[in-house]
Formats: sequence, structure tokens, C-alpha cells
Amino acid sequence: MSQAEATAAGTTATAASDASPVRKRIWTLGLFRSELVTTFRRWRTIALLAVLAGVPILVGIAVKIETSGGSPAAGGGGGGPAFIAQITNNGLFLVFTSLAATLPFFLPMAVGVIAGDAIAGEANAGTLRYLLVAPAGRTRLLLTKYATTMTFCLVATLVVAVTALATGALLFPLGDLVTISGTRIGFGEGLVRALLIALVVAASLVGIAALGLFVSTLTNSGIAAMATTVGLLITVQILDQIPQLHAIQPYLFSHHWLSFADLMREPVYWDDLLKNLGLQGLYAAVFGSAAWARFTAKDITA
Amino acid sequence: MAPYESESAGRRKATRYVVPVAVVGVAAATIGLVPALADSGNPDLPKISAQQLIEKIAKSDVQQMSGTVKISTDLGLPSLGGMAGGFTPGAGGSSDGKAGSSADPQSKLTELATGTHTLRIAADGSDRHKLSVLDSAAEYSVIHNGDEVWAYDSASNEAYHAKDAAAAGDRAAKHPKGETPKGVPATPKELADEVLKASGKTTSISVEGTSQVAGRDAYKLLVKPKQAGSTVGGITISVDAKTGVPLKFTLTPAGGGKAVVDAGFTKVDFSKPAASTFDFTPPKGAKVTEGDDLKARDKSHAPKEMPKDMPKDMPKELRDAQGGGMKDLKVIGEGWTSIAELKLPGGQGLPTGGSASGDVPPEAQKFMDALGDHVTGKFGSGTVFSTRLVNALVTDDGKVYAGAVTKDALVKAANAAQ
Repeated sequence: MSQAEATAAGTTATAASDASPVRKRIWTLGLFRSELVTTFRRWRTIALLAVLAGVPILVGIAVKIETSGGSPAAGGGGGGPAFIAQITNNGLFLVFTSLAATLPFFLPMAVGVIAGDAIAGEANAGTLRYLLVAPAGRTRLLLTKYATTMTFCLVATLVVAVTALATGALLFPLGDLVTISGTRIGFGEGLVRALLIALVVAASLVGIAALGLFVSTLTNSGIAAMATTVGLLITVQILDQIPQLHAIQPYLFSHHWLSFADLMREPVYWDDLLKNLGLQGLYAAVFGSAAWARFTAKDITA
Repeated sequence: MAPYESESAGRRKATRYVVPVAVVGVAAATIGLVPALADSGNPDLPKISAQQLIEKIAKSDVQQMSGTVKISTDLGLPSLGGMAGGFTPGAGGSSDGKAGSSADPQSKLTELATGTHTLRIAADGSDRHKLSVLDSAAEYSVIHNGDEVWAYDSASNEAYHAKDAAAAGDRAAKHPKGETPKGVPATPKELADEVLKASGKTTSISVEGTSQVAGRDAYKLLVKPKQAGSTVGGITISVDAKTGVPLKFTLTPAGGGKAVVDAGFTKVDFSKPAASTFDFTPPKGAKVTEGDDLKARDKSHAPKEMPKDMPKDMPKELRDAQGGGMKDLKVIGEGWTSIAELKLPGGQGLPTGGSASGDVPPEAQKFMDALGDHVTGKFGSGTVFSTRLVNALVTDDGKVYAGAVTKDALVKAANAAQ
């Protein structure tokens, strides 16, 4: 763990990013692909995805048991996660309910674990300097890590959505659905909206993914980075609940998360959706560039 | 950072942090400047008199439109959500609403009286309307299509149905048209209608420049009370220059500060809305409440929305309420400074500092004192409860004076009534 080594690694990285012809040749998806395989082969990742897949199954079974006596879900009072009242009539609503149930905590927590682990985990395991010895460059490694994390966002969301759809199809009838505006749309369009919602939910996680990556560049301990990211998530979620803080709430990354439900209005109400996507983009830009500033200037000692 | 690293390298590393800082700066500037830039530039429109503008509104014959309305209401009541219902003589409007159907239009529209809400409206001709209240991940819609009136609450998957529009007319159907159900103002148009009705000797009306609302050029009509003692500072109505449709309504209190009611279109479209907008079939499994069931229940709770109304509605509303069981109600004065006088049941005043009754624990006493101001006058003594718009004086002998007037005006009225 000598200083010379770190400097050497740093020099290699700088040299690689400066030598553009060399860089062009190796600017393939090889690194990304190997990162992806490494990440998704980890037991930790598989366990996270299994937990996420369990949520819609549990919700579906719970609603089925609860309503088997003929009573409406959620006691008719509108409690519980969004859309839960409609599940018994249309299994497709289980997709929306599951996403609404997992988005506030399960999904971002899983993303926080993956993002927090991205750089700090490598440093912790002592593999980061080997990654940097390869003439890939720090910027590129960081981009690869971020792309991997975002892929995880998408995969995690789709796992929830697909499991929910399968569970919903098994336990409940499918068919035309009524939007929350009271108009009726066909099942095909319903599926399209479900897919759109899944994409929006995945995009909603971009902000916390960038935040987690930045935290990950700050420390050499994977656990510390994950805990910090998840801690930040919980803090932000709590801040978002305190009415006295309404002035800052529109700028919290989780504030517009549930706006994905606006896709179920007819016509779609875009205002909050666009605000959410813009905010996620802003977080990605700020913390992505902060992570870049930190990581490219950092002494790699492990 | 290693101590032997050159200073310039260190500086170069530090400069990288300029990037995220710059991104934050640009974002902050954009957030701060874009609304300001979009707001600038009041459109140049030909001069017009108040009379002409009001005629324009009256002549306006827009049959087809759709749009998004934002309503912010800040009456200065404690923001305890459904608590507002508890202030009313009907008692327990909020808890009661749950017992029936959450899709009951009346109980739902009451919620509009506090906070900020986004509404969507659509109209096509005189018999097809839709009004939706956008909640988080849910929506509440009132749909009027021909002789069918539906209300649908997507959060609880409950629907309310009335067959005959004439019977349901005073409740939900005509809502987007102008005659509000029990005076809850929802669209700028009906708010404006109310104001114009109330105008008379007591009111000054003028045209105060132009503005842009929802991307359309509009005239600003300023309505001000002439009488002293009103808590209403002024009402501004922005009227679309082309169609004469009121697009924005702002009520500012005399005391200054944020508007008490601010309702305006954020988006408006004068083309024909899609026909499917007005189609509604209750989803499978939805609990449908028929209108007649509700009507019977509502009769006993008729006056439950009274105090949250616009001040100019007060006398009318109070008169409505009279039918609902309050026989001892009188209206003092006229126009903006009307004051309602009524007797509390039992003839007992609220326990105040002046009449500390033995059965009130000191904590409760303190709480009451904190809520209102103790006043004395020729009438005796009492407590004034204030909101930003409506003040109420509860005397120790069990009389209540309420109106959109200042504290002094209330005391004067109480003295005069003695």
C-alpha cells in the first residue's frame, strides 16, 4: 500500500485517458459487460432481487386472502398503497400497487446497496487498483460503474413489475381497466402504461444511484458507503414528511416519486412526471460530476 | 493528499469540483430565473372599461373547453386536514363522510376549502362536464353526461350515481357551469360570477392592466370593497381577452400577505374534449352509492359547509343554514360588511378568561385563550376568533357574531345589537 504504487496507478490512468487513439480502440463494451456479469452473479444481488420479487407475491396473496370473503380490499377507506382497491377486479393493478409499495423503500435501498458498493466495495476488497492498472481510465471505470448501477435500477424495477404481473394474472382476472380518471382503456394499452410506469420508476432511482456512487467514492469501506446511502434515503424520506420543511421538499429526490401514478390519469398529467425526471437528471448531473471530481483526484491506496 | 505532491496538482484536483458546483449553480439559476422570465411582459391589449369587460364575461359563450386549474386556499385555519369539517354546526362532517360513501360529491368537495389542489375540468356543451380533483396517486371525478351524473373516487374505488340531472343539479352536475354546490368555488368562472352578483353600491370595479394566464392574454379586473371594516382587500379576476372566460381569481386580504384564495388555470384549451372523457361505467367491484340514499342522509347535515365559504356568500349561506335548524340567525349590515348573528344552543358562551367557570381545567382555559382574543365592550365580554378572512366574536352570554370584517367592526355590531 505504498504511496509510489498509488501514484503509479494514478499516472497510468492519466496516461490512458490522454492517449486518445489507444482509448478509442479499447472503448468497447467489454468492461461494462464484465462489470454487469460480476454484479449480477453476486449472491447479494440475487438475494436483493429475490426480496423485491417477493413483495408483489406477498401483496397479491394478502389481497386474495383478505378479499376471499367478498369484502373489498383496504376496507373501502382508501388506505394502503395506491391502487390496492382495484387489484381484485384487475390483476394488472397489482403491478401498480407493487411499484407503489416498493418505490418508497425497497427499491431505493437495493439500489443504494449496489451503488454504495460500486467503488468502495472494490477498494475494500483490494481490487480497485487492479481495475485501474488496466488502461481503462478512471472516468471510464466510473461511467461503467454508473451504467451498471442504472442497469440494476431497471432490472430491479422490471423484476417487481413482471412478478406482479404474473402473480396478478394467476390470482385475479385480467381485462379492460378503468383509469383513475374514471375512463376505460383496453388491456393492451394498460400493459403499455404498466411498462411506461416501470420505466419511470426505474428513472426515479437514477438520483439515488448517483448519490450512492458519490458516497462510494468517498470511502474505502463498502459497508460504510451502503449504510450512508441507505441512511440518506431514510433521512430524505423523513424530511419529506415534515410539513414545516415544505420549502425544500420539492428539491428532495424522493419528493415526486409517486408521480408515476399520473400516467394512469386520462389524459396523462405530465407536470409532476416531468418535474420528477428533471430532478433525477439534476441529481445525476450534480452527484455524478462530484463523484467524477472525487474519483479522478483520489489517491487509490487499496 | 500526500504532503510532497506539488501544489499545482492539488489545485488541479480541486478545480474538478467546480463542475458539480457549476451544475448546481446553473440549476439554481434556471429554477430562479425561468419563472421570472416567463412572467415578464404584460401583453399589450386595447384599453377597455370595466363595464365592457364585465359584458365580455357575460357574453362569453364558450361551450367547449378543458384545462387544469390550481386552487390555493389559505384561510389561516390550523392546517389539520379534515378538521375544518369539525368547525361547522353540522358537526362531524369529516367523520360523517366516511360513514357514507367517500364518493359523495359534497363531502369530497369540502376538502377543496383548505390547501392547494389541482383540478381538471372539461366541458362540451351544456350537458357534458367533468371535474376531477387530482390527489396523490388517486383522483376524484364528477362526470355529468346527459342525464347521468357519476362521481368516482379512485382511491377507494367507490362511485356515486344520480340518474336525473335535474334532481342532482344542485349538488354536482352543474358544478362546472357556475351554480356551485353549496358555494364551494371551483372554477375561475363561477368565482367571478359570484363576485359580479355581489357588486353594487358597496363595491368598486375597475380594469387594472393586463397579464398572462396559462399562456393567454388576459385583462385584470379589480374588485374592491368600498365599505370600511371589511377584511377583504381586493379581488382580481383575469379575463381572457379573446373569449371573455375568467382564467384566474385571486382574493387578497386587507391585512396584506399571501392571497386567501388563488384559483387559476395553468393550462386551458378551447377545443372539443375527447368524447371518451365523459364516458363512465363503474369498474367491476366498485361500490356504487345511488344518489337518493345520500340525499336522505344529507338533509340532516345540510349546513355543514357553511363557514368555509367566500365572505360574500356568507349571508346567503347562513340563510341556507337557517333551513338546516338554526332558527336564531340574523344578518346585520349588507354587502361586504354583513355580519351574521346567531345564538349558541343552550345560551352558554364559551368559557373565557373573564368568566372562568369552575369545571374548566386551567389547561383547557389556556388553550381557549390562545385560540382567541379576549375583548370587552358595551355588550359585555367575549372572545374573538380570527382567521385571515373571517372573524367571529363569541360573547359570554352565548351569542356569535361572524363575518368577513375586522375585530372592531364585530365589537361595534355587538354593541349596536345590545
